[in-house]
Amino acid sequence: MCLAVPAKVLSVDGDKAKVDFGEGVLREVDVTLVDAKVGDYVLVHAGYAIQKLSPEEAMETLRLWSEILEAEYKPE
Amino acid sequence: MVEILRFRNPELAKRIVEKIQKIAPKKDIVKICHVCGTHEWTITHYGIRSLLPPTVEVIAGPGCPVCVTPASEVDEAIKLAEKGVTVTCFGDVLRVPGSQKSLLEVKAEGADVRVVYSAVDAVKMAERENSREFAFFAIGFETTAPSTAIEILKEPPKNISFLVSHRLIPPAMELLLGIGDLNIDGFIAPGHVSTIIGLKPYEIFPKAYRMPTVIAGFEPLDVLFAIYMILKQIRAGVARLENEYTRAVRAEGNKRAQQIMMQVFDTVDGEWRGLGKLPSSALKLKKEYLGYDAREKFGIKIAYGRDIPPGCQCHLVMIGKIKPAECPLFMKTCTPQKPVGACMVSIEGTCRIWAKATKISY
Repeated sequence: MCLAVPAKVLSVDGDKAKVDFGEGVLREVDVTLVDAKVGDYVLVHAGYAIQKLSPEEAMETLRLWSEILEAEYKPE
Repeated sequence: MVEILRFRNPELAKRIVEKIQKIAPKKDIVKICHVCGTHEWTITHYGIRSLLPPTVEVIAGPGCPVCVTPASEVDEAIKLAEKGVTVTCFGDVLRVPGSQKSLLEVKAEGADVRVVYSAVDAVKMAERENSREFAFFAIGFETTAPSTAIEILKEPPKNISFLVSHRLIPPAMELLLGIGDLNIDGFIAPGHVSTIIGLKPYEIFPKAYRMPTVIAGFEPLDVLFAIYMILKQIRAGVARLENEYTRAVRAEGNKRAQQIMMQVFDTVDGEWRGLGKLPSSALKLKKEYLGYDAREKFGIKIAYGRDIPPGCQCHLVMIGKIKPAECPLFMKTCTPQKPVGACMVSIEGTCRIWAKATKISY
């Protein structure tokens, strides 16, 4: 139920936006809960964008993981 | 999005697993509990349990909103449908058993029950067919509740009402900690509920219960890394609240969604299927929106239902006390084609997920 799918915002019209779920799946979703701009990635749950996704944060997470995984574990 | 951002890279997964193997306790069992059907799906579908050392156990808590909806509320929806109201609901609600039958069965008997993808579709349908009465069966956790609230604030047409059955996750997590013999050592908190509520509601778990808690996303790498983060905390003897899913979860959550929810709903005690009444765990429409409350409008309120049919162990599966395969009905009389218990119905139900991935999960 709490399944949410990332999608790219193609156009915004008030509280509605047209988004692309990839491979040509387009749908109108409600963007009342987020400040979506064209080109943003949003998480869509049951027709409502619930949060903006941050590709920068995703890259940062992966970079941090690499660092952590490189370092040997030392008891704190 | 570029491939690396899918968080499914097998090389990275191997490295995380190596780390997990290294820091996992050698003798004592560590039990990590998640509370989201989508986490269970990721864990089972990708065979994550098979990658973990034998001392690390991952169990599934009550994280499937369809499964936790009590039979009494399904009975209310059925009663509405039998009164001639068109009931709209999400797809996996259709087959959830009420005390006697499911919405699908009343539909087969001639009632008007329709599946919608979203609350907005339910409202549009009511606008189009304004001579009929509609009721939207609004189930779901904090992720879904704002969408119901948005539609109510938009003042939908008078021929639609809402059978609000939303539930809140943190009270269910607290329930698990009160069950003495579950012996949970750490929580994987649900990522998409957290996009709405943020970090604060989970603070109680490390602070009051000394329970390492990590908010995680839903890709296999997210779950693996969350397990690693919890094991690290356990090894260091600390209990902290950490956020693995930073690309979607902000510390404060989605303020606008919280505010909209508070505007429309009051928090009340709520029944959970097979688990009884949990304090402050359900949402109810505020007084000023009672005109949209299907229970008030049609005078239906069912206090008790039969949650668990004879032999079914859903209540134990839902709190992670037993694995689906330990239920005597699992894949015998209870199958995805002909489910007996609610956990076999929804694509987020633990039993159904296990049934669909039998070969790789156990």
